[in-house]
Amino acid sequence: MAKLYVGFFLMHLKSQMQYKTAFFLTTLGNFLTSFTTLLGVWFIFDRFQVVEGFTFNEILLCFAIMTMSFSLAELFARGFDTFPRILGNGEFDRVLVRPRNTIFLVLAAKTEFTRLGRLLQSLLVFVYVLPRCGVVWSPLKILTLVLMVSCGCLLFFGLFLVYASFAFFTVEGLEFMNILTDGGREFGRYPFAIYGEEVLKFLTYIVPLALVQYYPLLYLLDQSQRVVDMLAPVIALVFLLPCYQFFRFALRRYRSTGS
Amino acid sequence: MIQVANISKSFKVAKREAGFGRAVKALFSRQYELIQALDHLSFTIDDGEMVGYIGPNGAGKSTTIKIMCGVLTPDAGECVINGRVPWKDRLPHVREIGVVFGQRSQLWWDVPVGDSFELIRDIYGVNAKLYRSNLEQLTALLDLQELLQTPARSLSLGQRMRCEIAASLLHSPKILFLDEPTIGLDAVSKIAVRKFIKKLNSEYGTTVILTTHDMQDIEALAQRILLIGKGRILLDGSLAEMRKRFDQRKTVVIEYLGELPPLILGMELIEASEGRLVLAVDPHILPVSEVITYLASQVELLDLAVSSISAEEMVAAMYREYRI
Amino acid sequence: MKMYLALLRMRFLYGMQYRVAALAGLATQFAWGFMEILAFMAFYRANPANFPMEFSQTVSYIWLQQAFLALFASWGYGADIAETIISGNIAYDLARPLDLYNRWLCEMLATRFARAMLRCLPVLAVAFILPEPMRLRLPASPEQLGFFIVSLLLGTCVVTTYSVLDCLAVFYTMTRINLVFAMISDFLAGAVIPLPFFPEPIRRVVELLPFAAMQNMPLRIYSGHITGSSMYQGVALQLFWLAVLWLGGKWLLRRSLKRVITQGG
Repeated sequence: MAKLYVGFFLMHLKSQMQYKTAFFLTTLGNFLTSFTTLLGVWFIFDRFQVVEGFTFNEILLCFAIMTMSFSLAELFARGFDTFPRILGNGEFDRVLVRPRNTIFLVLAAKTEFTRLGRLLQSLLVFVYVLPRCGVVWSPLKILTLVLMVSCGCLLFFGLFLVYASFAFFTVEGLEFMNILTDGGREFGRYPFAIYGEEVLKFLTYIVPLALVQYYPLLYLLDQSQRVVDMLAPVIALVFLLPCYQFFRFALRRYRSTGS
Repeated sequence: MIQVANISKSFKVAKREAGFGRAVKALFSRQYELIQALDHLSFTIDDGEMVGYIGPNGAGKSTTIKIMCGVLTPDAGECVINGRVPWKDRLPHVREIGVVFGQRSQLWWDVPVGDSFELIRDIYGVNAKLYRSNLEQLTALLDLQELLQTPARSLSLGQRMRCEIAASLLHSPKILFLDEPTIGLDAVSKIAVRKFIKKLNSEYGTTVILTTHDMQDIEALAQRILLIGKGRILLDGSLAEMRKRFDQRKTVVIEYLGELPPLILGMELIEASEGRLVLAVDPHILPVSEVITYLASQVELLDLAVSSISAEEMVAAMYREYRI
Repeated sequence: MKMYLALLRMRFLYGMQYRVAALAGLATQFAWGFMEILAFMAFYRANPANFPMEFSQTVSYIWLQQAFLALFASWGYGADIAETIISGNIAYDLARPLDLYNRWLCEMLATRFARAMLRCLPVLAVAFILPEPMRLRLPASPEQLGFFIVSLLLGTCVVTTYSVLDCLAVFYTMTRINLVFAMISDFLAGAVIPLPFFPEPIRRVVELLPFAAMQNMPLRIYSGHITGSSMYQGVALQLFWLAVLWLGGKWLLRRSLKRVITQGG
């Protein structure tokens, strides 16, 4: 399976390298998307300095982690992000006549290297902010950081999976999922607590984006010592279960209605 | 062996209405239409058969193919292919079938065809030895040598179809489904594709199921025809049988000198121009020999040709007859 | 003119087909607007003195921004035009008896208005009845409302002429660079954060750029952040940039076409 994935991966790399100008420009565009977000954060903090107990550098750390999780998810799981197209042009029927796991094939069907632009952005911010954010790095804190990024990435993948599942029912109206995917990234630049208690509750218990962002961030910044905050990203993975079930359900329905 | 019994399938389709007011209305309520794509469809195909699956657009051809490929689950009915139910045992089933969708490519657009083949090899987990021998044979039979290094986007339609077919056969499937394999191809490519399919079936015993609108495909390939209309099998038999049962009329074409001869019972005028006449003749009423004798007595014959009605015309007539 | 009206009508009908999309878009824009307002609320709590607008003005700004997103979005338009340029099908367009630049402009404006018509009313309707401090307020005076409408139309035209430039760039790159164009204009037009939140020296420069003639102007006029003589100056700035972009676009199109024709496509 891993070897096959590498095969697909190299194929995408070869394909995208055929169009270097387009690749470069889209990558630049992606870099700019999160760069404007970053500028926005900078301008705001130039004016307000501290918001809800978070300083500019602490916010930057939060921004870098969320952007990195999201861009990794987009880089690898773009097949689900563009699922309506795969469904519309009949590519999905081809997936179903291949003797491999459907989710694996859709995942492998697309790798969006232009998202490296965003990834690069988050890396640069990381490099800038790591020595400045005041975190004293211990093995446990490094583990927390790794969990935040990896589980965050998986959580976004789960959301893409839900998005793709909806695409089986309708190609219209998928836009509302953007509030969770793109919105998760955009609003995730600030710790979710600043949006108030209701939002934080929603993002803790319903769509657990705060579990990969706010709670472990508190742990990183020594605002919390609780192990549960540190391990919150792992708990967030429970969310993947219903996502997966929903996809299976939607797929079954697609195969029995064909619409 | 493919056994299809009493398969039914219906789709819900949203009605889209034209007009400004209606569009506003559709904003709030939308009407659906139930379309019966397949209605108790049954047939059996033995190993090694080559079957042409024909019918007008919307008759249910591709729905049937999708069900047999395991992509779709029918509403009711049974289908067993090589001992498996396609939609239940999809993964083991699809390992043993090859599918060519004529209008959609399975090749990676921007990389050499050979690279696509290798990835497909890995998807099916074909071992190196089998892959090499299959690729060798396919390359020779389909004349792919030059094409393997070329990106799919630079291939002509005919070249690409040859590659598509090869890509579907790399894992030595027992059954090959071809959905409109000659659509849009030039004459030379069509002939090459047909020759290959024929050989695949006769020499390697691969079961071939072919949907097409091109009756020349059917004439060249199919020993057996399944005609589908309104979700049912209307006819099942060889082209010759069908012709015997359905339409035995002959076409007589003459070139002549003299006046246009008057028609007699059993003749039907198809086309008449200065010195040329095309007639449809029903041999039950008027044997062909009498037609010739009669015509020879009326005019001076310069040229004469007698042929069966073409498959194309026959199918068109069948569609009309069954109102599909 | 009749032809252009027919184009507008067609686009509107096309948009109407996608009612679920419209509803989903509505929900998305609401959620988005809420989250934006909640974020600004936190900043306001952090330091009300440093807040460069009244809070209610920011709220109005954000709701209107969501309501008229379709008018001011700089992404998602002109893909079909870029496609005709890349594929070379533009040769057929040249054979038609319409000024190509005006046709493109009209098509894009029509698409924008069609999308906005579907979306703005429900967003506005709900935003007007929300409880304080989330409520969208009416402008202080009829004059302000009038100027808002004028400024809204001008702003849309400025964005659209900018979109045409974005399409024309395809002549030189042969690939779409919409994202780069969009990101620059979005930020400088105040789509990420309103221009008053920019640091003072930067703001002073940015407010003179063509981007400030896009959503920035009508939204701030409506919310009452720009009033009196600055309002007149603002509309004048919009007119100025519209003229520049329009003439510039026409000139660039002529030049690009010449290039295509002499190179034989």
